[in-house]
Parts: sequence; C-alpha cells; structure tokens
Amino acid sequence: MGDTFWGFRRENGAVGVRNLIAIIPSVFCSAKVAQRIAQNIPGAVHFSHPVGCSQVGDDLEITAKTLIGIGRNPNFSGVVVVGLGCERFTPYELAQGIAPTGKLLETVIIQDEGDSIKAIETGTRYARKMQQQASLQRREEAAVSELMIGLNCGGSDTTSGLVANPALGIASDKIVAQGGSSILTELTELIGTEHILARRAVNEEVAQDILRVIRAMEERLKRQTQHSSNEKRKHLISTGNYDGGLSSVVEKSLGGMKKSGNAPFVEVFSYGDAPLKKGLLLLDGPGHDGEVTTGQAAAGAQIVCFPTGRGTPSGFPGVPVIKITGNPRTYQRMHENIDINAGTVITGEKSLQQMGEEIYQEILAVASGKLSKAEVLGHDEQFCITRMP
Amino acid sequence: MSEIELASLAAGKTALILDQKDNVAVALTDLVTGDTCLVAEDSGKKYEVVLVEDIPFGHKFALTNLEQDEAVLKYGEEIGRMKRALKKGGWIHSHNMYCDRGMK
Repeated sequence: MGDTFWGFRRENGAVGVRNLIAIIPSVFCSAKVAQRIAQNIPGAVHFSHPVGCSQVGDDLEITAKTLIGIGRNPNFSGVVVVGLGCERFTPYELAQGIAPTGKLLETVIIQDEGDSIKAIETGTRYARKMQQQASLQRREEAAVSELMIGLNCGGSDTTSGLVANPALGIASDKIVAQGGSSILTELTELIGTEHILARRAVNEEVAQDILRVIRAMEERLKRQTQHSSNEKRKHLISTGNYDGGLSSVVEKSLGGMKKSGNAPFVEVFSYGDAPLKKGLLLLDGPGHDGEVTTGQAAAGAQIVCFPTGRGTPSGFPGVPVIKITGNPRTYQRMHENIDINAGTVITGEKSLQQMGEEIYQEILAVASGKLSKAEVLGHDEQFCITRMP
Repeated sequence: MSEIELASLAAGKTALILDQKDNVAVALTDLVTGDTCLVAEDSGKKYEVVLVEDIPFGHKFALTNLEQDEAVLKYGEEIGRMKRALKKGGWIHSHNMYCDRGMK
C-alpha cells in the first residue's frame, strides 16, 4: 500500500472524507424546507437550487443526474430527499437513483405531509435519526487510489498559471500515479489549448473526445455572445483577469490546464455522470466555479482543490474545497479564507516541487478529517447545477 | 554575478520566463520605466532587461523587439499577436496584443 488517508467506507465500497447528512430538494419549491431541516441538525447540509421543474430534455436530464450524483457522493452517510409532490423531476426518481449506494435514505413530500411546517418536522426527525446512526461509524485507513479530487480555479490572476496551478498539477500527478482520480473541467477556460490536451490523451479515441467537447464549447459560447449588448460581455476573460495581467483567453487557458499536471487523460465524461475509469479525467462542463464543483461532486469527488489568484472565500456543502493562492499579497490579505500560500514560490522561499508536495499532504490531511477554512467558516455557495441552452 | 544583477536582486526587481521559447517575461514585482530587471529562465540562465514602460506585478514585457503581427509566446505557445511593433522592455497587454480566440 502506498500513501493512505482515514475515511468512512460506505456500503458500496466508496470512501467518504466526511460523514454528513445531505438534505436534497428535488425541485426549487421544496428548497426552503430542505434548508430548514438542515438548520435543525448540525452535521446536515442542504442543496437548495432553482430548478427541477418547467424544464425539458437535456436540461432536465442534467438536473436529475446531478442531484442523484450529489446524493450518491460518499461524503454523505445519509440523504433526506425533499419533494413538493407535483414536480417534473419526482422525488421518487431522485431517491431511486441514490438507493443503490445502500446509504441511509428517506423521502419527504410536502403535499403529502400537509404543509411546509409538517414537512420540516418529518424531515428533521429523519435527519436526527440518520445523524445519530452515522455518528457510530469510525474512520478507516484507505489507499490514495480511493480518492477523487476536483480541480477548479476561480478569480484567476497571473500567479494562478505561474505558480498555484503548476504546483497543484504536481499534487494531482501524485494522486493519479497511485491509482486515484483527478478531474479537470472548465472547458470555457481550456479554449486554445485543446491541441495540447489532446496530445496527452491515453489513446486516439480520448484525443478526439477532447477536441470535440472543447470545440463544441467554443461554438456554444460564440452563439451565446454574438448578440451581447455590452462589448466586454462578449469576452471569455473577465475584467479582473485583465487587471491581473492576463491578455487573452489562450494565455489564461494555458495557465488553467497546468493544474492537471502531466498525467495522461484516460476519459472524457458528461456533466451529471460518474466516470467509468480511474486516473486523470476531463468533465465536459463550463467554467463557472459553482457549476464545476457541483459537476465534480456529482461525479464522486470527495475534495476539490481551488487555486485562486485574486482570492475567493466560496466553498461547497459537504465537500471540502482547499483554497490555494499563488499570490503572496492575496494570501496576506485573505489568509482567513485561503488554505495554502503558494506565493512562497514567487517570493523564492519554496520551489514548485516543494509546493506540490505541500498541497498533496494537505489533501491527505483534509481527507482524514482536517477542516478546510471554507468549511470552518460555513461557506457553501458553490452548489450550482449547470443549465443547457 | 554582475553589479547590476546583484542590485536588481537586492531590490527584488525580478521576472520569470516560463519556457525557453518565450519572448515575454512575467514581472514578479511592480516595475517602473528605467528599472533594470533580472530575468530568470527555468534553466537557471539569468540576464538583465531595461524596462521602457511601467510593468505592474504579474504583467508581461517583451524580451526582444517585436514586430507588428509577431506571435507572443508564453509557456512556449502562442498567446496572441502584436497589434503594432514594440521595443524590448515594453509592456504587452490587451492594448497592443490581439487574440481572436474567445473574443467573438
């Protein structure tokens, strides 16, 4: 056995790094009830969202698959599904999708309960029982091959591509080398690097998948930005990115892809799905921080690593988000929100290799129970399901 | 190490080149016109560039004179092309570099 961490082994063999109860609404109409149930039980988190009804086709399908995927994530020992009763994506479908994991599972329907107050009461009783049962479980030693991390950067500046992303790439390579998984997403921010990524594919089929999904994302963005009234909104690079010194989306992309290290890509998979293979993976999704983390958590990622040059405090419910900044000034200002100061490479105190090792060790520590700063402060704003136009 | 190298290092006026093919360096501190900046390649090779414009932390400057439409290389790849010619030590950003990818 190589390196290990201490996690919670689930019925289906998956290993969680947290032991929480997820309260998941199947539709926006039951979001507040889900939130209130979670507020009643320390150790419960809710996944309030604005969708689940009045959607069709792929858009509804992605919502359904993503909510099921969140429920299946091994960081949750139990799930309370909260439905309204007349939504298009039924709470029964949601519960059926989660059930094969064998975890604790209950469903509350507001219209069956009578009103929202009664639904909160019933849901709270379910969650209370689950939380107590979950508290009996102990952490066990697990191999790094059981880990799946998500890679996601936001509030990028020039130090992201210069230091934080390359250092995270070193940590990602270490996990992949030991049989674990790492997920790159943010296709909007890989535009211009597809030919380089395709060279890293494990075979021709994966190379073609990489080229296809990134080109499709660029076409989608071109259609969407064509009629924008504001010239700056047509750009794929934000004002903050420009201020930080990035001059083109290709420059930003090259820095972005650095966080996937040098491992070969073994699979490209769709948003809402879980990958079939282990190793370095590409999830087909856009660049919004929340949509990325949500897709990665739905795929089964237990931890997300998040380089941020300019600094963001955001986190995800039930899935630790480890913040890394390559900007020493940002760390100085935002050290209450940022876990790792990779700015020490800029100031010459550490090498990129040492930084990569430090990030890797922090991933193992967080996997074994150390709370990330976003968790301690209760940041959970990254839950956001992607929409199909 | 030369006097200028030592002085540049002591003042923290440094910049990083990410790939040997690159024709730009990234400032690791705020630099101003007339500064002599010590530029370090990954290989360990170091040399000085005199800046002809202010270069904020994290921004790029030219390592050689660049022609109009010449490719700007960072990470060993093309990140855009010059809208107009630029002197060595000049600031490169969206005002004088174009890249159609992601803009239309």
